Amino acid sequence: MNDVLDVALRLLVVFAVFLTFPLIVGQTEHKVMAHMQGRLGPMYAGGFHGWAQLIADGVKFAQKEDVVPAGADRRVFQLAPAVALLPYLLVLLAIPIGPGEGAVGQVLDAGVFFVLAVMGVGVLGSLMAGWASANKFSLLGGLRTAAQLLSYELPMLLAAASVAMAAGTVSLPGILHAFHWWWLPWQIVGAVVFFVAGLAELQRPPFDMPVADSEIIFGAYTEYTGLRFALFLLAEYAGIVVLCGLTTVLFLGGWHGPWGADGLGWVWTLLKTAILAFLVIWLRVTYPRLREDQLQKLSWTLLVPLSLAQIALTGIVKVVIS
Amino acid sequence: MTLAQAPHGFLSPTGVEIAFLLVGLVTLGAALVTVTTRQLVHAALWLVVALGGLAVEYLLLTAEFIAWVQVLIYVGSVVVLLLFGLMLTKAPIGRSPDADSGNRWAALTVAVASAVALVWVVVDAFRTTWIDLDGPAAGTTEVTGASLFRHWVLPFEALSVLLLAALVGAIVLSRKAKAGDQTGDPAGDLSAAPGKEGAR
Repeated sequence: MNDVLDVALRLLVVFAVFLTFPLIVGQTEHKVMAHMQGRLGPMYAGGFHGWAQLIADGVKFAQKEDVVPAGADRRVFQLAPAVALLPYLLVLLAIPIGPGEGAVGQVLDAGVFFVLAVMGVGVLGSLMAGWASANKFSLLGGLRTAAQLLSYELPMLLAAASVAMAAGTVSLPGILHAFHWWWLPWQIVGAVVFFVAGLAELQRPPFDMPVADSEIIFGAYTEYTGLRFALFLLAEYAGIVVLCGLTTVLFLGGWHGPWGADGLGWVWTLLKTAILAFLVIWLRVTYPRLREDQLQKLSWTLLVPLSLAQIALTGIVKVVIS
Repeated sequence: MTLAQAPHGFLSPTGVEIAFLLVGLVTLGAALVTVTTRQLVHAALWLVVALGGLAVEYLLLTAEFIAWVQVLIYVGSVVVLLLFGLMLTKAPIGRSPDADSGNRWAALTVAVASAVALVWVVVDAFRTTWIDLDGPAAGTTEVTGASLFRHWVLPFEALSVLLLAALVGAIVLSRKAKAGDQTGDPAGDLSAAPGKEGAR
């Protein structure tokens, strides 16, 4: 009975994080973007600085009619948002926020592989949406999504492999237990590669070619309305939380900090994740969208060689110090 | 894995064995739909179910690392590549009447023959081997890595060289096709224009 309660409680907490953190990131994006662009952003919903804007948005989405285009492949079209969203929920289960046994949803032996594998599945949702909408803009968006995923999956994996090599384990808590502060300069190239490739995988600006609204309306999500569209948006913000959490855990030392690593480790994790999320928003406001060929070029001629160099460096240092 | 000391019967299955069997049936069904459906993209999506089911089977056999690699490589990359190719060429919504091969009987024969051969070999090799689910996991990353790099290094390296050769070959092929595009057709390249070789 105690075990069942324990599992249920963990799942409940992860689910609550999954529901609230993306909304917090979304609201932060509203406000941060607004202030960076010299305006106020939402101010009325909820009273205090428009804190309830996203709740109002959610109510609006729920009221809208759920339209499936006549020419669409009905079942694939309706299934796609779930396929896009659920993997991020599963990934959240494996991310540790503190050193203790109770600070992670589920300890996995091959955690790094689990999170990368399941995150890759999420992109299938965009592909399904792009194909099943029976719309040429959607199809173009799906194509661009696939091309982007294929080129950025490799540097992301290589960068993660470098950390796994350094730690000598592929379990996420294991990597954090092996962490020392000097890993930060040692793995910094891998960290940048991982973060940039992750941004591209999430299709966030400046890598939002698949949803480029000035060219192909909204890419794979053009035909979606109401709640299903909201699920795609939620998937994007859940993706930001997952990517920032993963970068924190793999490269920034997670719960390690200058002080208080024992009791307040989770504060460090959350703080680092929040700073990275702010960085994601900042990049969206400051950089113009990359063209498709620039996108591919960045991955194949810059990120892949850099990540290979990082792996070589990791190997050399590892041999020297052991 | 341990050799059977106590007799393991097939008649009183445990929960894991039942789950293994059910997932196996789902995988088999999805694989059958993959090759029989007339809707091209649906075939690719059913392939996701089949490959995912296989990953669950690996998990049930305690091979966690292999399971996630299966998802990462096959579901995350191979199927995405497949879908990319389909969308780039021809991915109609609905049935494609020409999505059929005249070789279906030959294909069926080959498939059944290879399935029989594989099942026979596996059953013959592992009939008396049982995985001890209560003990330490037999398929962790550590165990897999140790056995791969201690006992199977030569096949591993041979595979790496094979893949590298395929990679280099693909690059060479794609570069050649590009050069042909620039100079018109490759045959004309040889017959006319003696100065072209120098220009290149």
